[in-house]
This record gives sequence, structure tokens and C-alpha cells, in this order.
Amino acid sequence: MKKIGKQTFSIKDDVFVRSTFTIAGKKEGEGPLGKEFDMVVEDDLWGEKSWEKCELKFQKEAVKNLMDKNNLMKEDIDLLISGDLLNQIASSSFAARDLQLPYIGVYGACSTMALTLGLGSLIIDGGFANNVICATSSHFCSAERQYRLPLEMGGQRHMSAQWTVTGAGAVWLSNSGSGPRIKNVTFGKIQDLGVKDANNMGAAMAPAAYDSLRQHLEDTGIDYDLIVTGDLGTVGKSIVNKMFNEDSSSIEKKYDDCGTIIYDIDKQDVHAGGSGCGCSATVFGAFLYKKLLNREINRLLFTSTGALHSPTSTLQGESIPGIAHCIGIEM
Amino acid sequence: MKYDKDSYKQVVDEYTPKNKMLKNCVWAFIFGGAICLLGEIIKNVLMSGFNIAEQDAGPMSSVILIALSALLTGLGWYDKLGKIGGAGTVVPITGFANSVVSPALEYKREGYILGTASNIFKLAGPVLVFGYFSSFIVGVLSLLFS
Amino acid sequence: MNYLMSFIVGGIICVIGQIIIDTFKKNNAYLLVLLVVAGTFLGYFGIYDKIIEIGYSGATVPLLGFGHSLAEGAVEEAASKGFIGALSGGVVKTAPGVAAALLFGYIAAVIFSPKGNK
Repeated sequence: MKKIGKQTFSIKDDVFVRSTFTIAGKKEGEGPLGKEFDMVVEDDLWGEKSWEKCELKFQKEAVKNLMDKNNLMKEDIDLLISGDLLNQIASSSFAARDLQLPYIGVYGACSTMALTLGLGSLIIDGGFANNVICATSSHFCSAERQYRLPLEMGGQRHMSAQWTVTGAGAVWLSNSGSGPRIKNVTFGKIQDLGVKDANNMGAAMAPAAYDSLRQHLEDTGIDYDLIVTGDLGTVGKSIVNKMFNEDSSSIEKKYDDCGTIIYDIDKQDVHAGGSGCGCSATVFGAFLYKKLLNREINRLLFTSTGALHSPTSTLQGESIPGIAHCIGIEM
Repeated sequence: MKYDKDSYKQVVDEYTPKNKMLKNCVWAFIFGGAICLLGEIIKNVLMSGFNIAEQDAGPMSSVILIALSALLTGLGWYDKLGKIGGAGTVVPITGFANSVVSPALEYKREGYILGTASNIFKLAGPVLVFGYFSSFIVGVLSLLFS
Repeated sequence: MNYLMSFIVGGIICVIGQIIIDTFKKNNAYLLVLLVVAGTFLGYFGIYDKIIEIGYSGATVPLLGFGHSLAEGAVEEAASKGFIGALSGGVVKTAPGVAAALLFGYIAAVIFSPKGNK
């Protein structure tokens, strides 16, 4: 069996992260990573008739451009694995309708990037595919509509609320070539410590992030150069740090969160930071992957975090179940 | 997991930033006061400028405020005011109008009948249900105790 | 004087609303419902009439005033028409405001298109 420790799958064959393509919205383009994205789209409709249609265009264009950039033909791609935040993962399925690639749609809320990377690696390592594209997207307006209130409604966001990233990321995984390799994958267990406040997602997901990270580090014993979570924001990030400090195994110096990397928290009025599928996807593709390529870091633990609630479950008084999947990547 | 729901709640409370209530209250006072002042000005203009009786001028001034709120919501400005004004823009009748106009506008892309028209009371519906209900109770009470 | 008192009383009512929002962190719909119901009963017990005497539009423009009108209408019509009046009074009295919101809301939706928060 290729499983090590309690929960971690060890990838024995080569699974290279060959290339990435990221598209970001206006606010993300104005942030610290503005110049790193492959494409920045200023218009929040991108010429489409609705925000939902715009989001699927983000995802479709990310995959198309990734293929064009690497001269990949449809026949070269064995599988497209993608997901998003909207009901029935509509953005992903409609993007796949136009892309005409063999498609698996997955739902992992904001953990989708790591979830698809993990699944893609297993499928390649299992010998079922040579080339897999993993993709995800989110859009501030479509997410806000589905999960909260109409955008034209006056009122204030709470200080712990996060800002859904408008953006999409696509990643090409292959069993040949060169570059950073995915070595270990840990799929997390759902953790739910009773947080019900949809304006405090970081706190709802932090226990899941801590649990998966701790398990992955215990299973693999690897000393990572950089550990990054998906979208915990300022609140969740400090709770994860606190939990590791209590174990006297502080990760504070090498730990960061995509939700705090993508925006300038002090200047951009995003309160606790970024969130959404697009958050970890764009930060991975535009920032973390390049750090690996440039050998600024050699071992990256990339962990996307997701809140697996629905608007209905929240109304019915359920708390927010959190999940986190860890992808260990080495250059 | 080393935390249970109760002990984690304490951690969350400790790490969650508090809303800036004092600052919010100051802005709510200014915005709310200003909207009510505007209502009073409109009412007085209607009464003195157009010779409208006081009992009609009140509702008419409300209707004008509602129209104004619908216009600002449509232009996408009311939510920007609401960001600063908080409850100052929610509590006045303009906030009620905003809660009617905003879903109407937002669901436009799902069609004018099943989108706009069926979602128009998405937020204001509860207000009317509870409002009419308590109005009925009060009416019956007045019958019983008159 | 009317203007000053409108501003102050309206402001105070909104501050109370703000405290409720920041303390309970609930959807604004809860606040609106609370205000209307509170306004109705304050109206019934004659307390809100006193607030209107002091605050003019500062008391009638907030949603509490909408509740007050509901109560006023229900009581007036119950006195003249009995049970049917209790049922219709509040609705009739507040109909202009509700109809205006509906009408202008629909017109705004037709004219304008929704804007993102960017």
C-alpha cells in the first residue's frame, strides 16, 4: 500500500506540477500579487450577462490558456478535475461543457485546489492518466449572492468577515517532464467545533487546518520550508498558530495563509482577508509555484481549507463543518 | 481534537476582532438623523409650498423618501452609504425600501417574473408578515378592551 | 426646532439599531422585524405618540413609525368596523408606503442593472 502513517498517501512515481495559469479580478490585481497573475480582468462581468456566466468564463479561460501556453492539444489531456463554490458546481460543469475534456467535477468548497491536486496525483500515480488538469474558480459577486445578501443591500460587513476572491487557477500535472513534484497527499477529516457564524469562516476552518497539518507532519516527518493554508484569513491563521504553539511545535516562522497573502489587509478593506476557491488557487499558481521554480523554497506544504456548509444548513441552525487537504510538494 | 465546542468558543471569542461599535454608533446617529431631517424638510415643503394637509404630507414624504432610496439603490450608491452609515441607513423607511429594491435588482437576471417579482419581498416579506400580524393583534386587543 | 429634534430623535433610534446589529450579529431582517413589531405595540400603548410629539419625522421615518401606523390604523378601523377593521386597518393605513416600495423597486430593477462591489 502506498499509504504512510495514519492518513497520508505517498506518491511513488513522478507527478510533476508542470505549469499553472491564473486569472484574477480587479481587486486582486490591485493587491500585492497584482503583477504575478497571468491575467487580470478589470470588468466584474468580463462582457458576460451575469456574474455566474463570468465565473465560468474565468475557469474556462484559465484552462484554455494553460493548454495554449504549453501547446497542449485536447487529446493530450486525459482528465480535467475541477470544482467551485456555486450550487451544483455550475461554473465547473459549464466550463467543462465548452472545453470538451473528460471531466470529474468535485465539491470541496474553498479546499478545491488541494482536493483536485491530490486526486490528480493519485490518478497519475495509479497509472490511469499521464496528464491531468486541475482547476477551480470563485467570484465575489456570485458567491456573495448565494451565501449572503444582495450586493445592493446597504449595511456593514463584520470585522471577522472575509472577502471572496474573484479569480481562477488551472494546474497541469504530468508524469513526465521536470519541475516540482507532488510527494505526499493527506486528505483531511471534517472538523466541526460548533462555529455557526458565517461571518467568521476562518475560525470555523482553523481546527480542520490544524488537524490535517499536524497529521501530515506526523505521518511524513518532513521539515517543510513553507507551510501555507488556503483561506483562513487573519483570525484563522492566529488560531492555527496558537494551536501549534500549545503543542510546543511552533510553525509560526514558516507558516502563512493565502487569504492574507493575496490582499493588503491594512489598505484593501477586506477585513479578515481573502477566501473562496480562487484564493488558494491563484496564490498557488501565481506565487507559491514560482517560489518553488526559483528554488526560493524546496519543500512546500500546500493546504487548502474549505467550509462545507450550505445556505440551507446555516438557516437550519447547523454549524459549519471544516475540511483541509494537504499537498506536500518538493522541488 | 484537543478542544471541545465550549473551550473552542472561548478561543474564537478571544481571536475574533470586535466590531467598532462606538464609531459605528456615531455614524449611525449622523446618517439616521440626516435621513429623518430630510423627511421633515420634505414634509414642511409639501405643507407650506404645496398646501398639502399635515395628515397627507407625512405619508407623501415617506413615499418620496422611498422613491429616493430606490433611485440610489439602482445607481449602486445606497450600499456605499450603508457601509458607513450602518443602522443609520437600515432603520429609516429608506432602509426598508432598499431591502425591497436590492433583491428585485439582483434577481433581474433570472427573469422579470420568477426573478425580480418573486424575490422582491425576499427580505421585506418578514417585515410585512410580522407587521400585519401584530397590527391584527393590536386591533383585536383594542376591540376587547374598548 | 422641528428639524433639530427630528435629527436627534431619528439619530438615537438608529443608534439603538446599531447596538442591536453589533451585539447580536444577526441578519438585518431580524432588526427590521423587531422594529416593526416594537413600533406596533409602542403605538398601541400610546407611548409612540409621545415620541412623535417630541421627534416629528425623527420618529415617523424610522421603521418604528411604520409599526406605529399599523397600530393606529388597526385601532381606528376596529373602532368603526369591528373585527374586519382590525384585520384591514393596519394594511390600509400603511398601503401607500408598501405599494410605493413595490412599484419603485420594480421600476428600478427594470431600469438599472445590478452592480458588483468592486
